[in-house]
Amino acid sequence: METEKHHIVPYRVYVYILIALVVMTFMSIGITKINLGAYSVLGAMIFATVKSVLVLTWFMHLKFDQPLLRFMVGFVVLLFFAVIFITFLDYYFR
Amino acid sequence: MEHVAQHSDPHYDPEASKMGMWLFIFTELLLFGGLFIVYAVYRYLNPEAFQMAGHELNITIGAINTIILLVSSMTIAMSTSSLQKKNKGLTVLLLEITILLAVIFLINKYFEWGVKFDHGIWPGSEHLLNDLGKGEILFFGLYFVMTGLHALHIVVGLVIIIVALNKIQKGTVNADRPLLLENAGLYWHLVDLIWIFLFPLFYLIH
Repeated sequence: METEKHHIVPYRVYVYILIALVVMTFMSIGITKINLGAYSVLGAMIFATVKSVLVLTWFMHLKFDQPLLRFMVGFVVLLFFAVIFITFLDYYFR
Repeated sequence: MEHVAQHSDPHYDPEASKMGMWLFIFTELLLFGGLFIVYAVYRYLNPEAFQMAGHELNITIGAINTIILLVSSMTIAMSTSSLQKKNKGLTVLLLEITILLAVIFLINKYFEWGVKFDHGIWPGSEHLLNDLGKGEILFFGLYFVMTGLHALHIVVGLVIIIVALNKIQKGTVNADRPLLLENAGLYWHLVDLIWIFLFPLFYLIH
């Protein structure tokens, strides 16, 4: 029964997360305006990854849900990266 | 007392419903994931063409739509809190704001695609096939497919949110049975999550 009791997230927490997301959006725009070559793609992707972790953790409530869900999300992310890795192994060494 | 509320529907199982929703979200993530891998490979093979074509996209419209989606994600997340606090009026208001923001997103998308059409760029257009190279064709093909599929998800999300809003007004979704709203929220955040990656990959290539 305990898991059915929901943790009620205060509104201000969501406001903080939104501010962080918006700031990172502008930072990722800023970093691509500076010419860093390949690093600007890397920078934009790092910002996108941090943003998606915030969305998953707070907006999608993974922080408060059962640990199994977090494990499952982690597994899917790993699976996705494994497929990217294998695909690019193929393309690099062709 | 709580048994009375639960008795009305013995099949209500929040843990299982939520897990089912997550399993569905995984299929969605891998659907878009596959498209992102296609994008990554073609960009790796045609780096200059992707840069040139990326300049055609309007960063300002992309950024505005990003902010709109982020704010709408916040309002629907807040609505789950306000439902649990039994504040029905605020829940309804927050969902109405979410719906409004989703509609504005689609209107922006309409104008954005309209500009591309005015420039003669759409899948299979003469300008694209005759004047532009293979890399540009691939870029715009992926752009239309991925943002189009994403926009389709916005439309589906809109329908789900409207259904949830309707049931909240009727009282069948309430503080004791909030799961439909929570799952609608999860779906909406998924749409946001995909856009978080679409935006830098298509609009921020320089």
